[in-house]
Formats: sequence, structure tokens, C-alpha cells
Amino acid sequence: MISIASNASPIPALAHPALWRGSELARVSVPSLPTGFPALDAELPGKGWPTGSLTEILPARVGIGELRLLGPALAGLSAAGKRLVWIDPPHRPYAPALAAAGIELARLVIVRTRTDRETLWALEQALDSRTCGAVLAWPSAVKYTELRRLQLAAEDSRALAVLFRPQQATVESSPAALRIGLAIAAGGLAVHILKRRGAPLERAILISSTSFHSHAVDCSSPAGTATRSAAARLATA
Amino acid sequence: MSTTAALALAPQLRVRQRDASAETEAQLGIAAWAMQFTPNVALEFPDAVLLEVSGSLKLFGGLTQILGDVREGLAAMGFTASLAVAPTSRAAGWFACAGQETLVTDAVRLDEAVSALPAAALRCDPDILEAIAAIGVITLGDLLALPRDGLARRFGQTLLDDLDRARGRLPDPRTFFTPPVRFDARIELISEVTQAEALLFAARRLLLQLAGYLAARSGGVQRLVLRLAHRDGGTTAIAIGLVAPTRDAEHFTLLVRERLGSVALREPVHAIAIEATDILPLAGDNLGLFPDDTGTPGNWERLIERLRARLGTEAVHGLATHAEHRPEHASVKAEPDERQLKLEFGERPFWLLDAPRPIAEVGTVPNYEGPLTLLAGPERIESGWWDDDDIARDYFVARTSAESLVWVYRERRGGGWYLHGLFA
Repeated sequence: MISIASNASPIPALAHPALWRGSELARVSVPSLPTGFPALDAELPGKGWPTGSLTEILPARVGIGELRLLGPALAGLSAAGKRLVWIDPPHRPYAPALAAAGIELARLVIVRTRTDRETLWALEQALDSRTCGAVLAWPSAVKYTELRRLQLAAEDSRALAVLFRPQQATVESSPAALRIGLAIAAGGLAVHILKRRGAPLERAILISSTSFHSHAVDCSSPAGTATRSAAARLATA
Repeated sequence: MSTTAALALAPQLRVRQRDASAETEAQLGIAAWAMQFTPNVALEFPDAVLLEVSGSLKLFGGLTQILGDVREGLAAMGFTASLAVAPTSRAAGWFACAGQETLVTDAVRLDEAVSALPAAALRCDPDILEAIAAIGVITLGDLLALPRDGLARRFGQTLLDDLDRARGRLPDPRTFFTPPVRFDARIELISEVTQAEALLFAARRLLLQLAGYLAARSGGVQRLVLRLAHRDGGTTAIAIGLVAPTRDAEHFTLLVRERLGSVALREPVHAIAIEATDILPLAGDNLGLFPDDTGTPGNWERLIERLRARLGTEAVHGLATHAEHRPEHASVKAEPDERQLKLEFGERPFWLLDAPRPIAEVGTVPNYEGPLTLLAGPERIESGWWDDDDIARDYFVARTSAESLVWVYRERRGGGWYLHGLFA
């Protein structure tokens, strides 16, 4: 009798790296950006946010924590000198909070558009220019064909391309490589991976509030101690 | 032949009034554009531009290459021209004006070629031309065969001198053209235009002319103004600003196309003009030795310009922190890539509402889609008495019943709770 230990295959040829098995996550050719949350990293192909393809984030409501989810990755990109472009955010981005989260404000550009068409056009332009590290856009409605086009533009750009869409868009089909739904759960944020390259994930990943706020703290400054105590209070509340 | 006779013969003929001033303007525009090939450009009115290219042959890769570039450029700008090359300027002018595109590079062939020209190429008074024809002279060769003193006596010494200058026997000094300090060119459209996109075709010709003019002056512009002349006599001015000075015609075309795409013409347009006043010195681009993988810095500026051209200059901006206690003033718009100060603030939300939204107070607890639980605070901010925008507020971080975090404040004077930001 052959005893199978761990994941070793009884047939050595099946362990070839070019062969994908149904239970595995896809291998990505372009390096991914670590999300900063290990629980989320473990479930994403490439162990991080995909670059060079479209990502959709569908929060249950605006302001639930979707931007803080991206915060560490954006901070890392801006510190590395890459440019961030935000297209038509729902409210005014607040500079002191972004600076406290570690995002270099000199690298951030906000684009205000009037129609969805302009938003998608600006997104495509930013991706085509290949000069941005991350492009975030908030369109109100996007069609499948437009998403397909953006996916193609994202492939050439090697940038983190994120579309924030309303929760109703969960039922629509989309060519994006990664789709994430966000909802509030007790003690933090529940991240549902709706679509990823690889096997689907049934359970939600819980990201606790403490891990959110630990990223926003600069321990050496006096203001940092204030935020730390605030964070401690928030965590216990 | 009179106009009516011409129309009778060819009813589909379109008759236009001759506009001599527009012709002169076009000639001057072409001369300024042609200065990118050589600094020595002379004009011969009414319709010839002379370029002295012996010094430019090496740089531009030979005579055929320069001729090709000039021909292409003129065609792209919408002009039809005949080009001729000769060792003397007068001979070259005569060949071109006679419509013969001759290419003569040595003196021996020059005499032959000049002799083959018809007598009308002389471009002198019609009486003299008549007199020449009357004595049976058809080509300049026939004229040159006649005795010189006889010619001088009958038709004037100037005629003889011109012939000698054309053949290189006498010097022919020219005053060279100096380009104007600002660029201002105009095209009358053939028919009125109601859609802004249709103006792009005419605008492109002007932009090519501008690019040539800037190349001649080794300069770039950071600002262009398009003026559209309407049927009712008014003009619309469209200003296009660039992040960095440039003289790239393709880039100008892209920006103008984006801008025209978002302009709605209130009245049909019959003429378009482009004006560029500030010419800034711009050296040529240095190409890198190794190919870049993430795009050159120039591409970023191009992206910002493209976005601004279509969406408006104020629609694309950066963010900066401002040393201010009042939250709404602590975040200001800035130019992209502007240097930032590092400032410290307390816990602040990612999103700030444009205007604080009043929320209800149920009991003693503020209510925004359900009762709010106050988590952190109060942070008292009182500031701004010096510019009539003074605030006295107690800020709290609160959690809504839907478990999202918001930033609310209580107005100290007059009471009332307001929602000011969302933590996201």
C-alpha cells in the first residue's frame, strides 16, 4: 500500500510546476503588492494585490473601510516613488489622514470628472501612460465591454487598477481578475473574495479593527501616542 | 476671360475673391516654418520662398532628404508648391515659378537649364515681355545668344544683370528673413463649421506651422490660444496650457483634439487662428542610452496635460496638508508633484464631506442612520477668529449602528451635531 504523505503526488509527473491543480491558486507572472494583512495575503494568488489586471472592490456602503484596506499597499507604492491617481472619489480625500496612513501626498493626484464616460476615459489614459503605480476609480455604472477594455489596458500597464463599485454590481458578471466584497462584521471588516484566479473561497476573511489602526500609527511622534490611545479605545469599544 | 464666360464654359466652377493679404501672410508663415531647415531664408514676392541649404545638407541627411521633408511639410500644411534647386537663388526662383522642378547642382548644367527656360520666366514688366516675344525670342537661351550691348540698350541693363545673376556671373545678395517674435497664424475655412471636431483638420495645419516656427527658434511654448471667428463677428478664445514647454506637433494635436472634443460651438465658425506669445528656450531632447521600463518622466507630464485638456485644469490636482487647526482648511489642493510639508495631526478620517452635514440628536445621543456610539474624543478645535471663519467644535470619532466609523462634531456655540467625515 502506498501511503501518501502531505501533498506529495503518487505520480511524480503531476508535481510539475506548469500543471495547475483544481485546489491551487493561480500563479501570477507579474509580482503582486502585499496587502499588509496576512490573512488576506494568504488567500490571494500571488500573495497580494494583483498588478497588471483589474481588481473590483464592492463595499456594502461607502466609507466602510475600503480605502484602509488598500492603505498599506498604497503607502508602499508612494514610498517607492510610484504615482497614485484617484479618479472621482466619492468625497474629498482628506490630506492629513492620508499622510498619517503613510501615503506620500506628493505622489497623489486626484481627478474630478463629470460623467462616467470621463471617469472611464481618464482611467484608461492613466493605465495606458504606464507611469502610475496605482489607479483607483469610482464609476457609478460600468458595462461589461468597458470592463473588458479596462482589463486589457491594465494588462499592459503593470499598475494596481482598482474599481470601486456599488454592492448591487455583485450580481453582474465582470472580467476583472479579482473581485472583493466588503461588509461590516463584529470586530472588524469581513472580506468576501467573490472571484479570484483559482479555486473559489466560501468563507469570509475577517480583518479586525486593531490591525487596521496599527497601520495608521507613527509610534515616535506625540500625535502618534494620541492616535495609539484612540486606537486602543476603538479596539476595546 | 471674364467670370461669366468662365462659368459658361464650366458651370461647376467655384469662384473666390483673391485675398492678397492672406497670400502674403501664408508666404510669411511658410518662411518662418522653413527656418527650421536653414537660418538663411529669403522672400521673393509675391509667392516664392528661397532657402539657402548648402549649410544644412549634412545635418538633414542630404539634398533629397531635405527636399522630401520640405515637400511633406508643405503638403501637410495644405500648400501646393513646386520646388527647384539651383546654385544661384535667382535661377532656383525662376525654375520654381515656371513650375519646373529642376534639380541643378553644378554650374555647367546651370547654364543649360537657364537657357531652356521660357522668356516669361524673367518676371519683368509685361511690355518688356511683349517686346521680347515680338523679336522672336522664345527661350532665355535665344535671348542670351543676342549681343549684350544691344540687349542692354533695348530692354535695360537690369534685364541683363538679372540674367547674369541667375547664371552666377554677378553676386545676388539677399536680405534674409527674420522670424516674428510671436506666432500668429490664421486659416479661413472653406465652408462654415458647426462641430468643433471638424476644426481639427485646419488646426493641425496651423500646429504644424507652429512646430516648424518653434524648431527654427529653438523654443517651446507652454500656452496656446485658439481663436475661432464666428459668423456673427464674435470670437471664441480657447486657451490650452501645458505642464512643460514643448514643440512637438503630435502632442499639440492631441491636446487640441481633446479640448475641441469638449467644446460646443455657439455659432458656426468660419476662421480659426492660433496664437502663441511666450516662446521659451527649449533645447533638443536627449535620448537615453538604455530603454526605460516604467515610462519616462515626460510621459507623466503628458498624462496630466491630456487629462487637463479634456477635463479642465482645476479637475486634476494634488493634495497638500496645511498647518491649520480647522479641519476643512487643513487639506488643500495643490499642483501634482508639489513638495509637501510633513505635518502631524490627530486621528483624522480618510474622507471629508464637502460641507458638514447636520445630524439629528435623539435624546442626548447624535443620530445618523441609527444612534451613534461615541468612541474617541472630544477633541476641541477652536480657531480661525482672524478671518471670520472661526469655529468652536468638539470632535468625536463615532461608530454608527451599521458599524462604520464616522467623524462627527458638536458645535459649541449654539449646539447641534454635524457629520464631517468618514473613516474608510
